[in-house]
Amino acid sequence: MRATSFIHPLLALVLSPLMLGVINRTKAWFAGRCGQPVLQAYYDLSKLLRKGAVYSRTTTWVFRAGPIVGLAAVLEATALVPLGGEPAPLAFTGDLILLAYVLGLMRFFTVAAALDTGSSFEGMGASREVTFSALAEPALLLGLAAVARLTGSLSLSGMYAAMSLETWRQAGPVLALVTAALMVVLLAENARLPVDDPNTHLELTMIHEVMVLDHSGPDLAFILYGAALKLWVLAALLVGLLLPVRTGNAWLDVGAALGGMFAVAVAVGVVESSMARLRLLRVPQLLVGAGALVALALILTLR
Amino acid sequence: MTVLLVAVAVLVCSGLAALLASGSPRAATALGAGGAVVACVIGLIAAVPFLFGTPAESLRLAWNVPYGTFFVEVDALSAFFLLPIFGLSALAAVYGTEYLQAWRGRKSPGATWFFYNFLVASMVLVVLARNGVLFLVAWETMALTSYFLVTLDHEQDSVREAGWTYLVASHLGTAFLLAMFVLLGRSSGSLDFDRYSSANASALFLLALVGFGTKAGFMPLHVWLPEAHPAAPSHVSALMSGVMIKMGIYGLLRTLTFLGPPPAWWGWVLIGVGLTSGVLGVLFALAQHDLKRLLAYHSVENIGIIALGLGVGLVGVSNGSPVLAVLGFGGGLLHVLNHALFKGLLFLGAGSVLHGAGTREIDHLGGLAKRMPWTAATFLVGAVAISGLPPLNGFVSEFLIYLGAFNGVTQRAGVAVPLLAAIAGLALIGGLAAACFTKAFGVVFLGEPRSEHAARAHEAGAAMRWPMALLAVGCALIGFCAPFVVRSLASVLPLVSGLAPETVGEKLADAVAPLRFVIAGSVAFLVLVAGLAWARRRLLRGRTMAETVTWDCGYAQPSARMQYTASSFAQPLTTLFAPLLRTRCKLTAPEGYFPRAASLSTETPDAARVALYEPAFSGVGWVLARMRWLQQGRIQLYVLYIALTLLVLLVWKLG
Amino acid sequence: MTPDIILILVVLTNLRLLGASRIGASVRTVAVQGILLGLLALLAHHGESSSSVWLVAVGGAVLKGVVFPWLLFRALRSAEVEREVEPFVGPIASLLAGVAALGVSLWLAQRLPLPEGAHSSVLVAVALFSILVGLFLIVARKKAISQVLGFLVMENGIYTFGVGLVRESPLLVELGVMLDVFVAVFVMGIALFHISREFDHIDTHELTTLKD
Repeated sequence: MRATSFIHPLLALVLSPLMLGVINRTKAWFAGRCGQPVLQAYYDLSKLLRKGAVYSRTTTWVFRAGPIVGLAAVLEATALVPLGGEPAPLAFTGDLILLAYVLGLMRFFTVAAALDTGSSFEGMGASREVTFSALAEPALLLGLAAVARLTGSLSLSGMYAAMSLETWRQAGPVLALVTAALMVVLLAENARLPVDDPNTHLELTMIHEVMVLDHSGPDLAFILYGAALKLWVLAALLVGLLLPVRTGNAWLDVGAALGGMFAVAVAVGVVESSMARLRLLRVPQLLVGAGALVALALILTLR
Repeated sequence: MTVLLVAVAVLVCSGLAALLASGSPRAATALGAGGAVVACVIGLIAAVPFLFGTPAESLRLAWNVPYGTFFVEVDALSAFFLLPIFGLSALAAVYGTEYLQAWRGRKSPGATWFFYNFLVASMVLVVLARNGVLFLVAWETMALTSYFLVTLDHEQDSVREAGWTYLVASHLGTAFLLAMFVLLGRSSGSLDFDRYSSANASALFLLALVGFGTKAGFMPLHVWLPEAHPAAPSHVSALMSGVMIKMGIYGLLRTLTFLGPPPAWWGWVLIGVGLTSGVLGVLFALAQHDLKRLLAYHSVENIGIIALGLGVGLVGVSNGSPVLAVLGFGGGLLHVLNHALFKGLLFLGAGSVLHGAGTREIDHLGGLAKRMPWTAATFLVGAVAISGLPPLNGFVSEFLIYLGAFNGVTQRAGVAVPLLAAIAGLALIGGLAAACFTKAFGVVFLGEPRSEHAARAHEAGAAMRWPMALLAVGCALIGFCAPFVVRSLASVLPLVSGLAPETVGEKLADAVAPLRFVIAGSVAFLVLVAGLAWARRRLLRGRTMAETVTWDCGYAQPSARMQYTASSFAQPLTTLFAPLLRTRCKLTAPEGYFPRAASLSTETPDAARVALYEPAFSGVGWVLARMRWLQQGRIQLYVLYIALTLLVLLVWKLG
Repeated sequence: MTPDIILILVVLTNLRLLGASRIGASVRTVAVQGILLGLLALLAHHGESSSSVWLVAVGGAVLKGVVFPWLLFRALRSAEVEREVEPFVGPIASLLAGVAALGVSLWLAQRLPLPEGAHSSVLVAVALFSILVGLFLIVARKKAISQVLGFLVMENGIYTFGVGLVRESPLLVELGVMLDVFVAVFVMGIALFHISREFDHIDTHELTTLKD
């Protein structure tokens, strides 16, 4: 573990809400609005942290534990993901499995907290969340397996450190397919368009937002921050594949990767501005499609 | 060795004593349960050293049965399976003392404890037996005693039906085992395990796969499982699901030890079996409405995960890759232990729900977390563990299997395809299991009660709570002491994989290293949870904390009946996999301007039962019905049949 | 390297066809596939860019990428077909079947005895895969138009074989095949039109009622 390993988690802690701001600004730009300030997510967080809270009489301690466990889990996930060629603070053989399952733990408690309210809307969101994530999980793990096979390493840090422009030259198609599949996983896991519309105002059509309807105050702040971190973590997986810049200077590499992160945010914004939300029945097709891309990538690595 | 036999003797004697004391329920319970607990403690103390380097001990006595010798032995593999047998049996016995109160006045506890203690004793003997006849006797005793426990409520039709299914399936499985032992005995001239040779190993492997697979519950041999587990009293379900079905896995592993080096396709077959059982098991679990039936299908799923692990291990052995072998077998074996812990816990929790609320229908429950806080908390631990989520034990074993599969994928081209299938399958199973257990936990324990039963539910007493709490602690303990537990497999793995102990030790050390990091992560996670909880409390101090009704998007009067039910929660997934599940749906839609009663009911019968066994058995029934003319009911005719048969045999023999 | 990328894109178009739920999208995908194959023919023979290669490549691309889609769209319009594909096998199951078929064709391609000078096993695999997907589309879709598309995809598979196996592409064979397909599409277009005029739809499933 090197001191520079902590650059990425610190950056994630500080900058992840900015990703949401960038996405929203991109969308506003496409729509011709001036849009909210780039720092809006920070304002929201600080406002929520200063508020009291309202709880439903139906709820139990599970409802209060949901945001806490969720945030703690995604913080652990942040410590597993490398950025800019630097190893993550927690880097070991098989950490990619832990990453997928820690995100699963976050989901488990978010869903349990949603069910604790006894609201039909939150139940609906919870049900969709578990459905789509069950389909996204194989795509995520198999995608990482393809990268593991290419680089010969079983640790995220090792895999991403072994990535370089040379890897792209040798196995460009495989990496492109995996990147596309991971992008779909990112959109689905973070409840973005075309899977879920974060801005919709109709509870019946929402997934993630409807699950957290009843949370308020610091709890909601934890959830919002956790969601921003989750977006950051999955985007970091994507950027590590797309931008294997290795100059030899840690700060330059991290800087390039940071640029990549915000480019991903812009890309998400572009997708959200140019696509409509898919019908819910179509979402599984999209996710299975991502799985098919990964399968194709794996078949290419096997020959 | 002698101490273990003393434990068996204590079990047998206390069972008999309980039966004799049937007149006084209190004495019978004390004798039966007390004997079981004492014997289990003795057994545990005796078994543990064999895991940590004590050389195997055996005992061979003459026995007056053809080909039979009373040949017993305890080695590391036996000891490993003895741990869950003794551990879970003791806890389930304590639980049973209170749980069986519900039957007071209707059933004599004496007989129940007699069968319970004999079940435990027969499982111990299965693991110790080293002679084909002795093994089969123990195996049969296990099947029969558990049959009588399953049919405790034999006044109910459904229970008799379930018991019958179990009995038939169990004996069909035993028939395959009989064939296997006959084949083994013919090639080696003795039924003692240490004399077996490995002639035509593949046929033996397939016989073992079917015979032991029936007990373990591999799809599609699992049909008895979702019938028998819900019918049995919950502490017996816990024992059957947690330990008894693992005897199938034990049998398979023991058979592998005398079959010699495995060809690669055995591994492929086991991976295929594991994928089928795992994915279909969890899907059928998702579609169930009955809490115990749901858990029973999850046993099929977890047996699938174990089979995946063993398959990965076999692929490793046959390809000369010790890493793969150690990780695959290690993960599979550890999952045996883990599943005993969390499935035992979940069945005991389900029993506590049934005890407190009087129903197993998930859609009639709800809001139990307020009325049964202990059960809810422990059930949550079990649910997180069985979903394979960190920091609990389920993750550790799945991690090892994943790690094995990933290792093979990065290093070898030849074996990559089945291993990738294993990875994809495990990922899908993990996601679906999480979906299923958020459903089970969320609908049963959270929200508002959906019926009078649930609203009047009460918490279980201390004798039922403590076993659950201990099992929950066990789940956490294995999660946090993973390196220690995994290293204790060092003496078991050489037996099943045929590798040298030094190689196993070396590879296990490699496997333990990442687990240390996992635990570091888990500890950090707990610290974070504590820190965040403290931060939240600090933030909320002195601020307004209002309590109100759930926000239902502007609707002011949300009622319990408006909640999402288990069926609606699982609906997207059951629709998605409808071609596999074939859920039957009965809908009376509201019609007209003034719609009246409308109803919707869904039922997901077991696909293997409906599509495979029912046609097969009705075919057999049809053929036998054609033979009915032989049955005239006249005694003279039957005497004639006997005489004719004897005559024919005589002619055949002499001719 | 580049032919490989085109082959992967061909595989992706095939997967897209399996997952598509709209007829318009399917026709457009087949058009893209036709153009991709034209490019493939050019790139695979970049050593000897004779006029015949150019003719086959450009002619094929124009025919499959522009003419056929135009014909099909016209037939669709005149027959007033609904936009949904109406599969017997749903899109998700079709996609999974597609992945399995891809695996099988790769396995087969590695075992097929290939003549000297053949390109790569990937090319053969993709050719086999296209043929399988074409067959699948013919079997698993209801509408006659999907069957025309399946037929086209199968032909694309055969074309891929031709590109991969033969150094100097025998102009005559290629042209002959293309002419066959042209006639077939033409005939099917007319048949489509007449079926729809007779029965008000182009659902081949309903043709079973013709038997007595």
